Amino acid sequence: MSVTTAETTAEDFRFRTRKPTSLWRDAWRRLLRNKLAIAGMIILALLLAMAFFADDALIAVIVGREPQPLFAPYDPYQQELVRRREPPSGEHLLGLDETGRDILSRIIHGSRASLQVGLGSVSFAIVIGALLGAVAGFLGRWVDNVVMRLMDIMLAFPSMLLAIAVVSILGPGLMNMLYAIAVVSIPIYARIVRASVLSVREQDYVLAARCIGVPPGRMLFRNILPNCLTPLIVQGTLGIATAILNAAGLSFLGLGAQPPRAEWGAMLGQGRGSVFTAPHIVIFPGIAIMLTVLGFNLLGDGLRDSLDPRLRVD
Amino acid sequence: MARYIVQRLVMLIPVLIGISVVTFSMLRLIPGDPATVMLGEHATPEQLEEFRERMGLNDPIYIQYLRYLQSVLRGDLGRALLTKELVIVELSQRLPATVELTMGAMFVACSVGIIAGVIAAYYHNSFFDLVTMIGALIGVSMPIFWLGLILMYIFGFKLRWLPPSARMTVGVDLQTLNEAYHLDQIFSGQGGAKVIAFTDFLSEFYILSSVLTGNWKALLDALKHLVLPSIALGSIPMAIIARMTRSSLLEVLGEDYIRTARAKGLQERVVLMGHAMKNAFLPIVTVIGLQVGVLLAGAILTETIFSWPGMGRLVVNRILARDYPSVQGNVLALALIVVFVNLLVDISYAYLDPRIRYE
Repeated sequence: MSVTTAETTAEDFRFRTRKPTSLWRDAWRRLLRNKLAIAGMIILALLLAMAFFADDALIAVIVGREPQPLFAPYDPYQQELVRRREPPSGEHLLGLDETGRDILSRIIHGSRASLQVGLGSVSFAIVIGALLGAVAGFLGRWVDNVVMRLMDIMLAFPSMLLAIAVVSILGPGLMNMLYAIAVVSIPIYARIVRASVLSVREQDYVLAARCIGVPPGRMLFRNILPNCLTPLIVQGTLGIATAILNAAGLSFLGLGAQPPRAEWGAMLGQGRGSVFTAPHIVIFPGIAIMLTVLGFNLLGDGLRDSLDPRLRVD
Repeated sequence: MARYIVQRLVMLIPVLIGISVVTFSMLRLIPGDPATVMLGEHATPEQLEEFRERMGLNDPIYIQYLRYLQSVLRGDLGRALLTKELVIVELSQRLPATVELTMGAMFVACSVGIIAGVIAAYYHNSFFDLVTMIGALIGVSMPIFWLGLILMYIFGFKLRWLPPSARMTVGVDLQTLNEAYHLDQIFSGQGGAKVIAFTDFLSEFYILSSVLTGNWKALLDALKHLVLPSIALGSIPMAIIARMTRSSLLEVLGEDYIRTARAKGLQERVVLMGHAMKNAFLPIVTVIGLQVGVLLAGAILTETIFSWPGMGRLVVNRILARDYPSVQGNVLALALIVVFVNLLVDISYAYLDPRIRYE
């Protein structure tokens, strides 16, 4: 490009183009045009509302009294043994489970466990994975080789199998399941961040930073990592969906959340024996899992399309 | 090609060592004393000491690892605490059921997924396309164990079209290959026992052995039992394959050479199958290859629901029973299967796409 053209463009820029928008604003606008992504966001908003307002635990803790139910019509742990396996009715909208607990209340309370495991395990995996990937990509050479070969070995195990192995070591339980799912998803994030770091590292502004003597650590965290965020956000959202599915599976097998805790997978696992006599015990928690996972998947797909239009599948 | 295969085999070594380290560590990472965990709280100090000595838990860790590696290479995975049976024997009894289920699921996933994907891409933006894509989105979001339970309820219990669980109806007689062909008389000499053991192993593949022995009643029964678990297990891969087929084919259908093929008057069928699908296939094969691990891991859940006597159900039962040697052997075996299937997939890409060989 010749000097004159560059000058003209710079001169005309103020008049011709609309107000410049940031990447995030632009992405947000594109996201709002995506109907499926909006559907996903609505599902997730409902889920968040369910989790926060199932009961007034937040206020109850501050005031120092027993939590009162808000969204959830009943106490999710209160059993009415005489009415066990009762089908849906006006009084109990989704019916009662095999020990006579209100299924709707248990589903509403169960959203907490799912969100906790989904968000918790993915955040944990992203922090460790991003750090490993960034260091591998930034330092290169033998560090890169060692870290990435380790990640390859972890990827050789199917994630569910590795998670089961980890849980069998740590012992069953909600938190142990969270760690297990986090550990098995580390390699995915490490690979993504490494790939982004490798491409960002070659950009001119990184060279400029190096020229003015920015120390390597600062360069990595201030100049390189922030520019690797987009693929991480997309994968993280889709990763929450996978984490929730895996968590439900582990709890279903009895390796995750332990009774009597209200957790969707565990509800399915405990209600399994009643599938022929009282199918409602099994149907509703499954629908809750499916909608939640669908919500994260829709949002994740939408984010991918809006954050990086080049990645569009269709 | 040979060079590529050798290269891939060499790259496998660190992965195999890694897997062995992970499975080895499983027993050692259990919080607390492994001997106490495995023998229970009530074991006497003498029993614990004897157990540690027998399992070699008193030796330095690297000696323990080398000994573990040595025995694994000999095919010795130890004994299950629960049944005192050799782990490798238990695995070989359970492997056929899992392989049969995985292949059934793969068949369902590939056939339905590819056909739906092709139709959706060909009639892009049509009603069918929309339905397929929404179906695929729901498919990847559905917990397979839930789908399994629902299928069991609808088709196994309400409609009674298909058996809801197990591999075969009680009372349906399936002879082993040995019983059907009196192999023990033919191979009575040296090494005969090994042949019989191998044919007994093959007989555990119900579909294969019912075909080989010409037992059509058993074949039909085994196939009927396979349908529901295969659909449940295959649902997620089916959705992924359908999406991949659609997007890959859509991309190819926009290429110039497709326009050329149409312009020179070729039939649509030839254009679609001969020109478009051939080029769209590589990403689809990649995705199919990646699903094998997903299927094996999913088998753990599916087998538990359908009372399918495979490796997945075994590993769950043994984890709940805290039978660590058995769990360790199971995890090792499943991971090895996945690694080798992935190797086969990689080699088949190199065969399908010559560019990979020369990289």
